Amino acid sequence: MLELRNITKTFATVTANDHVNIKVEAGTIHAIVGENGAGKSTAMRIAYGFYTADSGEILVDGKPVEINSPHDAIALGIGMVHQHFMLVDTMTVAENIVLGAEPGNPFQLDLTTAANEIRKLSEDFKLAVNPNSVVENLSVGQQQRVELLKALYRHARILILDEPTAVLTPLEVEEFFAILRRMREQGKTVVIITHKLAEVLAISDDVTVMRDGRVVGRVKTKETNAAELARLMVGREVLLRVEKPEPKIGPTELEVRELSVTSPTGAKRLDKVSFAVRRGEIVGIAGVEGNGQTELIEALAGLIESSQLAGEIRFEGKDIIRSGARSRRELGIAHIPEDRHRRGLLLEFDLAENSILGVHYRKPIVSLAGIFLDDEAIQERANEIIKNFDVRPANPALPARALSGGNQQKLIIGREFKVNPKLLLVSQPTRGVDIGAIEFIHRKLVELRDAGCAILLVSAELEEVTSLSDRLLIFHDGRVVGEVDPKVATIEEIGLLMTRGH
Amino acid sequence: MKDLFTVALLWSTMRLSTPLILAALGGLFSERSGVINIALEGMMLAGAFTAAAVTHATGNPIVGLVAGMGAGLLVALIHAVACIRYRADQVVTGTAINILMIGMPAFLSGAFFLSSGSTPQIPKENLLPYTPIVIAFLLVPAAWYVLYKTPFGLRLRSVGENPEAADAAGVRVATMRYWGVLLSGVLAGIGGAYLSIGQSSLFTRNMTSGRGFIALAALIFGKWRPVQTLLACLLFGFTEAVSIQMQGVVKLPSGEDIPVQFIQMVPYILTIIVLAGFIGSSRPPRALGTPYQKER
Amino acid sequence: MKLLRELFFPLIAVVAAFFVAGLLILAVGDNPLVAFGLLFGSALSWPDGIGYTLFYATPLIFTGLAVLVAFRCGLLNIGAEGQLYIAAFACAWIGIRYAGFSAWLLVPMCFVAAIAAGGLWGAIPGVLKARFGSHEVINTIMLNFIAVAIASYFTQYHFRIPGDPIMETSEIGPGAHIARLGKFIPGLPERIPLNMAFILALVCCLLVYLFLWRTKWGYELRSTGTNPTAAEYGGISVRKQIIVAMTISGALAGMVGINEVMGYRYRYYDGFSDNYGFTGIAVALLGRNHPVGVIFAALLFAILQRGGIHVDGFSEYVTKDIVQVLQGTIILFVACEAFFSGQFNRFGLLRRSKV
Repeated sequence: MLELRNITKTFATVTANDHVNIKVEAGTIHAIVGENGAGKSTAMRIAYGFYTADSGEILVDGKPVEINSPHDAIALGIGMVHQHFMLVDTMTVAENIVLGAEPGNPFQLDLTTAANEIRKLSEDFKLAVNPNSVVENLSVGQQQRVELLKALYRHARILILDEPTAVLTPLEVEEFFAILRRMREQGKTVVIITHKLAEVLAISDDVTVMRDGRVVGRVKTKETNAAELARLMVGREVLLRVEKPEPKIGPTELEVRELSVTSPTGAKRLDKVSFAVRRGEIVGIAGVEGNGQTELIEALAGLIESSQLAGEIRFEGKDIIRSGARSRRELGIAHIPEDRHRRGLLLEFDLAENSILGVHYRKPIVSLAGIFLDDEAIQERANEIIKNFDVRPANPALPARALSGGNQQKLIIGREFKVNPKLLLVSQPTRGVDIGAIEFIHRKLVELRDAGCAILLVSAELEEVTSLSDRLLIFHDGRVVGEVDPKVATIEEIGLLMTRGH
Repeated sequence: MKDLFTVALLWSTMRLSTPLILAALGGLFSERSGVINIALEGMMLAGAFTAAAVTHATGNPIVGLVAGMGAGLLVALIHAVACIRYRADQVVTGTAINILMIGMPAFLSGAFFLSSGSTPQIPKENLLPYTPIVIAFLLVPAAWYVLYKTPFGLRLRSVGENPEAADAAGVRVATMRYWGVLLSGVLAGIGGAYLSIGQSSLFTRNMTSGRGFIALAALIFGKWRPVQTLLACLLFGFTEAVSIQMQGVVKLPSGEDIPVQFIQMVPYILTIIVLAGFIGSSRPPRALGTPYQKER
Repeated sequence: MKLLRELFFPLIAVVAAFFVAGLLILAVGDNPLVAFGLLFGSALSWPDGIGYTLFYATPLIFTGLAVLVAFRCGLLNIGAEGQLYIAAFACAWIGIRYAGFSAWLLVPMCFVAAIAAGGLWGAIPGVLKARFGSHEVINTIMLNFIAVAIASYFTQYHFRIPGDPIMETSEIGPGAHIARLGKFIPGLPERIPLNMAFILALVCCLLVYLFLWRTKWGYELRSTGTNPTAAEYGGISVRKQIIVAMTISGALAGMVGINEVMGYRYRYYDGFSDNYGFTGIAVALLGRNHPVGVIFAALLFAILQRGGIHVDGFSEYVTKDIVQVLQGTIILFVACEAFFSGQFNRFGLLRRSKV
């Protein structure tokens, strides 16, 4: 049905796809698995015409085809639902669905016919959604349905779904899988990109495993198991397990009392959250992404306007909810942000300049009247971070943009560790980072904990939070819905809490 | 004071609004597609000069008008290629075009007519005093229809709001943006032509004197919607009409003239106030000013 | 090597612009080489050519720096035109109001008036953006027109000498005059208006450089320009930086008033600016948003301006308007450069917040 042959694609210095071969049989659900950065999305974006491959060919129904834009892909019956939805928020569901494939003539946009057709599709595939709603008012799950309808409306025979379950709760995942099975029954072919093995085993017929931009395995789902897939994905037997000694817990460093965050549009992002973090422990937060974790960390770091906050943030006993990011840093709160490009780095600036962000106005970085930057002190600081955290290439004059994701992350971690924080806020510390760096980062976090730092850790990787944390809080819909001991709690138990709260 | 609000004032308002409406509708198409157009001024100047020069040469104002549209289109093409193909900063490119178009017509008229930046006088019978007004007012409902009731309009709006989503849906983002910018050139070209072969009878150096910017202000004041933009243009045209009528006629109690400068400021101050969100919220197309670039 | 790359694209842009203008001159039936020869020859002659070229470069250095500082904070200040009008008028106003004061007092007062008025006028769009999120480009365009109208109103109704047919104020006090450089440089006649403001412009280049790259404040401003969310994360107040950058930018643009009023005409002359504010954008871009580059770019545009007048007088078809054609074309080519050099968002230029 859909076949990628010898696809190679290079971005700047990174080879995202290295002679990739993927063959998807008609009428099946085909899973493409691999870790973050394995090249799954790149391969499928090439199939959908978002990227153009450097070399290799694409075959549809056994015939070689040219796909230079999504326009071409759609014409060939390929549809794609992206991880970040591709919807125009300000337009209605119907407008979004017909966009680019409008019914009627060029002089008249016939949305009535469209709405009828959409209703029929909704019924066929049990994808209930009102064609006249404006997209920005829909829930994430509903938006995903719009994306599916968009592809179906274009008569897609092959549907590519990029990490479709990342935004869904386990219960919603079940419903979603039911939809996928219905599609298969109706003769559609589905390609699902994921890094969650349980889902692969639950839904797919065939599996292609990718690692480091290459295809490392192709198996029938029936003939494999989680262990084998995991080994293929990671390239070795055991998944991440962190060796760590018993925590030596000290007094309370951070105490959050009934903290609420209300967005400017009035939506409650965080609803009366209370918990504490003590010195020498790692408190983990688990939950489906988008359930308030981002807002919690940003609120604690002083990055959300205090007008949107309610409650208390007590640091060493004092309420700091009204103080800004700078004064919180001065108190000894460090922050490793979830999105290093958005928050963590000045990509155009060199490593030296990046190494002083946050302390750029303090001694010893400024000398001479407390105004002028001391270049020697900056270089010294940068070199020290580069050395201690093994940042490569070890050249402080390089722009941060030139580094790989893992090295960028190590630079940020080094910078934040350098201030000897009393409290460290960490979000997604190993996202898009290679295996070697992951272990390094985990070890450093445990070292910092053992040195007496209080650490609050948010991660979408359930394995990561459970293995690193000493205590684990579960987030759902902006609330803490449970606390478990990560040493004894099972993944099922945690997953249940993540879904529905109590 | 009362005798100010006459039919004459109304007529004058319509005449003075016409170039604003044409240019603002042009701006509407460009900006709804996501391309900032501060080059309206330059496009109008190109239209004004070309229309006057061609009408002078051929004696036919219709040919002149069409030539003015063509000139606007050509200038718009420069803006479009720079902003879409070469992903140049849209404001910088617009500024460049405005400077270029102060110089270019003046240079050409210096070369062709050996004058310092103006074209020869066109006889009265060769002018088009009414046609562009009719065109302008008819174009408002037309623009509304195109924007909201045709597939073209849906696609145009979608690339201005979320080009990535439009691309994923199979809409050719660059093509739609070219359409938006080129249409703006044609419309601004008519607006300019009206200035030189409608309102007056020759092209003079920098004769738009900021009308392109007032049109832009009207577009923002009208919240990037056709009908509201028309109303804004009428309001701004009205203030201009009043300021002309009041000159030397109405006096302050102290016996001084009412300074025209204060009336001239009105559109600009209103725009700043609207933009700051004091009068409702004016939300521009979300992708306005952002070049669309796929990773390749 | 790095320097070479920095110089490569501006040079290409200039050469390409001259090529386009050359074709245009050829098309109207003149010889481009002769025209350009006249242009450069007259602009680089001693003393008149060089004297006037440096005089014309002075306001362009100021506006170039003004645009540069805003650029580095991720803002596009196309309001230098309005800022310099308000500043020049304020400068003249103080010069007239306190005409009797001695130079020791009046010169600093006029300086402060120009700098403060420009800074204030620049701060307005800064505050509007920081407080309401409204786009500085639109607001500065609007404020340009408002500034011109205000200055013209006061000139017309309050400061014009009765009976004067020209829209200009009365003269400022002699204590507010600053020295022309002809006083110090042998061979340069004092009638050439090149004055101390040129030296001030060079000093400002140095100060801007030190500020942006050697102080913590400059670090904060540039961080905000390249990635505002990361700056915020680093404890930098983005709103404050926007206001600071626009104020400094306006103040720099305002110094054009010092050159114009205190060093040249000794009065406020309505509509004196020959698009200095807009040309400042070209100067900053061509100068790669670096103070040293700004000096060279300003000199180039000043040569065009001075030479253009000469070309107008001595060739049959080519008028001084060719200068604007050249300017516009240079900006166009420079603006497209990002595409060719592959350095997007170098100065956060394309990543400005949306309107």
